[in-house]
Amino acid sequence: MYLADLLLVVAILMNFLALGAREMRVCIRAAALQGAVLSILPLLVHRDPGVNALLMAAGAAAMKGILIPTLLQKAMRDVHVAHEVEPYVGFVPSLFLAGIGTALAILFADRLPLAPEHVGSLIVPASLATLFSGFLLMTTRRKAIMQVVGYLLLENGVYVFGLLLIEAMSFLVEVGVLLDLLVAIFIMGIVLNHIRREFSSLDTEQLAGLRE
Amino acid sequence: MIALALILVPLAAAAVAFVVPSDRMRPLVLPAAASVHLALTAEDLAGLAPVRPGVWLQLDALGGVVLGLVSLLFAIAALYAPGYLRVRIDRPNRVLCACLLAFLSAETLLVLSQHLGLMWVAVEATTLATAPLIYFNRNPRSIEATWKYLMIASVGIALALLGSLFLAYAAHLGGGPSSLLFRSLLESAGGFSRPWLRAGFVVLLVGYGTKMGLAPLHTWKPDVYGEAPGMVGALLAGGLTSCAFLALLRVYRIVNAAGEGDFARRLLVALGLLSMAVAAVLMVRQRDVKRMLAYSSVEHMGILVLGVGLGGVGLTGSILHTINNGLTKSILFLAAGNIHRAFRSKSLDDVSGAIVRLPLSGGLFLAGFFAITGSPPFAPFVSMFAILNAAVASGRWVVATLYVVLLAAVFLGMGATVLAAVQGRPSREALETPYSDNIRKTGPILVSMALVLLLGLWIPEPLRNLLAGAAAGFEVAP
Repeated sequence: MYLADLLLVVAILMNFLALGAREMRVCIRAAALQGAVLSILPLLVHRDPGVNALLMAAGAAAMKGILIPTLLQKAMRDVHVAHEVEPYVGFVPSLFLAGIGTALAILFADRLPLAPEHVGSLIVPASLATLFSGFLLMTTRRKAIMQVVGYLLLENGVYVFGLLLIEAMSFLVEVGVLLDLLVAIFIMGIVLNHIRREFSSLDTEQLAGLRE
Repeated sequence: MIALALILVPLAAAAVAFVVPSDRMRPLVLPAAASVHLALTAEDLAGLAPVRPGVWLQLDALGGVVLGLVSLLFAIAALYAPGYLRVRIDRPNRVLCACLLAFLSAETLLVLSQHLGLMWVAVEATTLATAPLIYFNRNPRSIEATWKYLMIASVGIALALLGSLFLAYAAHLGGGPSSLLFRSLLESAGGFSRPWLRAGFVVLLVGYGTKMGLAPLHTWKPDVYGEAPGMVGALLAGGLTSCAFLALLRVYRIVNAAGEGDFARRLLVALGLLSMAVAAVLMVRQRDVKRMLAYSSVEHMGILVLGVGLGGVGLTGSILHTINNGLTKSILFLAAGNIHRAFRSKSLDDVSGAIVRLPLSGGLFLAGFFAITGSPPFAPFVSMFAILNAAVASGRWVVATLYVVLLAAVFLGMGATVLAAVQGRPSREALETPYSDNIRKTGPILVSMALVLLLGLWIPEPLRNLLAGAAAGFEVAP
C-alpha cells in the first residue's frame, strides 16, 4: 500500500502542475503522466492481479500515457496560435483553490465510512482532489484543448475512486469505460479540428454566438 | 437472443449506411432498419418475462415502455428522413445516417442493460453517437452547440460514473452483492451503507439529470435543440431524454429498495419544480421557435421527475408521460423543421403566418402546442393530470398549486410564441421559397398526431398491463 500511496501523491502533484503551467504542452504532459501513473495502480492495489488486470493496466497506460497526449499535442501543433494557456482565473489563484480543494478532500474523506482495508489510504482524497482540479481546469481556461485536458483529469479522478472497487468491478465494464473515454477524446479531437477551421482559433471566447 | 439482435441490427445498418456511396439512396437504409427494429421490439414485448438471475441484457416492463417509445420514434423519424434529406441534398448525409443508426443501437443497449456499469457505458455511447448529429449543418453555430454538448454531457456522464461507483461502494460496504446486476443490487439493497448510498444518488441525479436536461443542468439544451435538424431534435427530446430518465429510474428503484426513498423523492420534487419554473421563465418572449421547444423539454423533464417524487399514481403518470411527451415532441420538432425549411428561419423575426404558408405543418405545430401544454383530449393531459392527482391525493397542496401555476405560466409563454409563428401573414420572401409540404414530410407527423390523440382517449389493454408491470417493480415489500 505504501507504493500505491506514493503514486497517488504523484497524481495529486500533477494536478498542481497542470493548474500552474503556463504552456499547454506542460499541461498535456502532466495529464499524461498522471494517467500513466494511475494505470499502474490497480496492479498494486489488487490482492491477486491476474492476466486481465495486467492487460487492462497496459492498455490504460498506453492510452492515457501515450495515445491521447499524442493526439492532443498534434491538435495543438496543427493550430498555429500561441501555445499559452490564457486562463480566466490566474495561475496563483488557481493553485490556491486547488490547495484548498485538496485539503477539503482529505478532511472530507476522513469522515466517510470506509471498508477496513481502505482506512488510511489516499485513494478517496486523491480521487476527490483530482476531480476538483479537473473541474477547475475545465471552467477557468479559455482554450478548447485545455477543456479536454480538464476532462482527462476529471476521468482520472473517477478512475482513482474505481480502485476501491477493483475486485467487485467486471472486466467487461472496465474495458467499456476505457473504450468510451478513447472514443470521447477522439470525437472531441474531430470537433476541435472543425472549431479551428471555422474560427481559425481554439479560443472558446469565440464560441459565444448562442446566447439568450 | 432477441436482445442481441435488437442491438446488432441497427449497428449493422449503420455500417451499411456508411458504405452506401449515394446520398440519395443512403437515407432509405433508415426506414428499413427501423421497421426491423420495430418488429423485433414488438416480439420482445410480447414475450416479456421476469428478469432472470445473472442475465446482463433483458427487457423488463419498465424497459419495455421506453424501448417501445424509442423504436416507434425512430421509425417515425426514419420515415421522415428520406424526404427531409432530399430537400437538403446539398449536404453529405453519410455521417448523419450512420450516427442515427448507431444512436438507436446505443439507446437499445441502454434500455436492455440489467447491469449498473453496462448501462453507464451505453449512456456514454448515446452521447458520442449524437454529437455528430448536432453538427449536421456545419456552421459556426452548430459547432458551438456540439462543443457545449460534448463538454457538459461529458462532465455529467463522468459524474454519473462516479455516482455508480459510490453506489457500488455502498453495496460493497454492506457485505456486497455478487455483482452489479440490478437484480442482485435490489435483493441486497437493505444492507447498503447509507452515507455512500445518499451521496451516490445525489451524484447520479446530477449526472443523469444533466443528460435529461433538468434545470439547472439544462444549459446545453436550447443550443443543441436550436441548432440540430428538427428530426434530430425529435429523437433527442423524445428518445434520448427518456433513456436518461430510465437510467435515473433504475437507480431510484435501488435507492428506494434500500429504504432511502423519502430522501430521493424530496430531491426529485424539488428538482422537478425548479425545472418547470426555469422553463416557464425562460420561455417568456422566446423569439426562436426551436429554442422554445428546448425549454418545453426542460419543463417536461421536470414533470417526469416530479411525478416520481410524488410517488403512487404520480409514478405511473410519469412512466406514461414518458411516452406521451416523447410522441408529442416528435410532432413539434418535425413540424418546426418543416416551418424552418419553408421560412428559412426559425426566429419570429421572419416566421409568421405558418398556417397560411404550410396549412398542414402549421396546423400540426399548433395542435402539438395544445397537446404538450396538457390540453384535453390529447395524451399528455392524461399523464399530467395523473401527476396532479398524486399531489392532491397525498395532500401536498403547495406542490399541487405550484404545479398548476407553472403549467399555466408555460402555456401562456409558449402560446405567445407559437401563435405569433402560426398566425398573421407570411412575408413575401417566405412565400417564394421552393419548399412545399408533401406526404413524405407530413405523413410521419400525422402518425404521431394520431397516436397522441388515440392515447389521450383510450389506453389499449396491453399498454395498460405494461405500465402496471413497470410501476409494480418499484413496490417495496414491507
